[in-house]
Amino acid sequence: MASDNVNFKLKARELRCLIGPNGAGKSTFFKCISGLHTPTEGRVFMRGQETTGWHPHEIASLGVGIKTQVPNVMDALSVFENIWMAARRFMPTRAANTKTSDIIDRLRLGPIARAELGRLAHGERQRVELGLVAVADPWLVLLDEPAAGMSAEDVARMSEIIHELTRTAAGVIVEHDMQFIRSIATTVTVFHQGAVLMEDHVDRVMSDPVVRNVYLGKNA
Amino acid sequence: MSRTAGKGDVAALIFGVALMLIMPMLISTYTLTVLVIYGMLGLSLGLIWGFGGILCFGQAAFFGLGAYTYAVAAINIGESTLPMLLSILVPALFAALLGAMMFCGRLTDVYLGVITLVVTLILFKFTNSTAGPQYKIGEARLGGFNGIPGFHTLNVPGQPNAYIWGEPLYYVCAVALLVVFFFVTWLLRTPFGRIAVGIRENETRVSLMGYDVRARKTALFAIGAGIAGLAVGLFANWAEIVTPGLFSLGQSAEIIIWCIVGGLGTRFGPILGAAGLAYLKFMLGQQTMVDNTLITGIILVMFVLFLPKGIVPAVTSLWTVSFAKRTPKGRRHRSSARRRGGAHG
Repeated sequence: MASDNVNFKLKARELRCLIGPNGAGKSTFFKCISGLHTPTEGRVFMRGQETTGWHPHEIASLGVGIKTQVPNVMDALSVFENIWMAARRFMPTRAANTKTSDIIDRLRLGPIARAELGRLAHGERQRVELGLVAVADPWLVLLDEPAAGMSAEDVARMSEIIHELTRTAAGVIVEHDMQFIRSIATTVTVFHQGAVLMEDHVDRVMSDPVVRNVYLGKNA
Repeated sequence: MSRTAGKGDVAALIFGVALMLIMPMLISTYTLTVLVIYGMLGLSLGLIWGFGGILCFGQAAFFGLGAYTYAVAAINIGESTLPMLLSILVPALFAALLGAMMFCGRLTDVYLGVITLVVTLILFKFTNSTAGPQYKIGEARLGGFNGIPGFHTLNVPGQPNAYIWGEPLYYVCAVALLVVFFFVTWLLRTPFGRIAVGIRENETRVSLMGYDVRARKTALFAIGAGIAGLAVGLFANWAEIVTPGLFSLGQSAEIIIWCIVGGLGTRFGPILGAAGLAYLKFMLGQQTMVDNTLITGIILVMFVLFLPKGIVPAVTSLWTVSFAKRTPKGRRHRSSARRRGGAHG
């Protein structure tokens, strides 16, 4: 599903959630700003610089951390190696080693640091992927459904990590889990049929009759 | 990791040198030389396919290109040092250009295979059709399907008349293989090598981390071609003739089979697969009862069915498993078995 007529602005260090029914254009929008898609029309700016049509690696090099909807990790490698590789992009080897150990401690991944990623549980892999986004000290994080398919305990841990991340970075998070959204965001943008339907505080969005109609279903 | 790696390196070096000294007692050095060269060629594909995830059907293209480079340069220069360097550089540059084209076009898997295969075919057809006297580079006639014989062979650098052949050539090749093996070992430990493995595992993730995957794949592809070039520089000196047969599809397929049989994702596997299968082919070549390619085909099918990971990974895991079983309660034994298992690859 395409998205059109999206006018979206994010302030520095602002955290924003994108919600909307399936096919509303959230993921297309997400892919356009992260460089995975090139928009046919329209322009993308980051910190005043136009990034329309850039490759993902160029956008990531600006200091943007990206986590896609499907887990994108390196399964045959260890947790340490996964996170180290993300750190090494922005610092020399020795600094990357220290930084990786720091993040592993902070995310409490210590006992599984040497384990092969492919053998870990879904929640742990999601956490590792967030870790390799966090290790690069991004000023903007783009997360597509970070809490998808996770247990309540994992979700709580995840929102803790995101809170910590957004102390220094702005964030755009595509998410379905309403509890999770309440726990992390204040402002929510609602997508519907490829356009922005509404943009407001999470509580007002939740109680808005139009939003409840299109997104939550009439009886919700 | 780095502590055990240091021990593993010393062990590998001792093992390699011992093998280099013992093997001539079992097999004639003339045959051994070409087995060592094939081992290096196997390693070149083992590096880019096993660690970089780039399946190249055209490793023979670099092999042939390097051979012709050496022969043409040797005829024109009359000394072997510069031609040897050129036989490494020309395939590497060619691979860099070809790689840049393929990887920037975001070609993957099958298309990559098709293009590398077609490039090999084009070079094969072209060299076959260069019989006329107009196909000349400097003094050297390309010679069509007859190839180029009679070029200056390997000499001690700076002394064109001190030829290296026979037994000394074997030792030169064996040492070169050891050097390449440790070069690959070192490369895989550098950030470049580690990130190359990351690209094999998940290209999207590595590019989302901010790495230019295209440039890195191109560089690795060129390094692999350079190693193939070194192997063929030595091969030309062993065979003392280069022919279009070096570009043949059979040659390309064989290199892939070596890697599969020996074990992908290991450094030792492709060398073992190459030398082992080439020796088997040599033995089978001495009889006329069964067809050579038939046997190679059967071996490939058997491996794909029963040992899809190849010899080296299978032996490694067998080693680990058997040690763990023999002493189910002995913690010390089990951990030592695991360590030994982990040191391979």
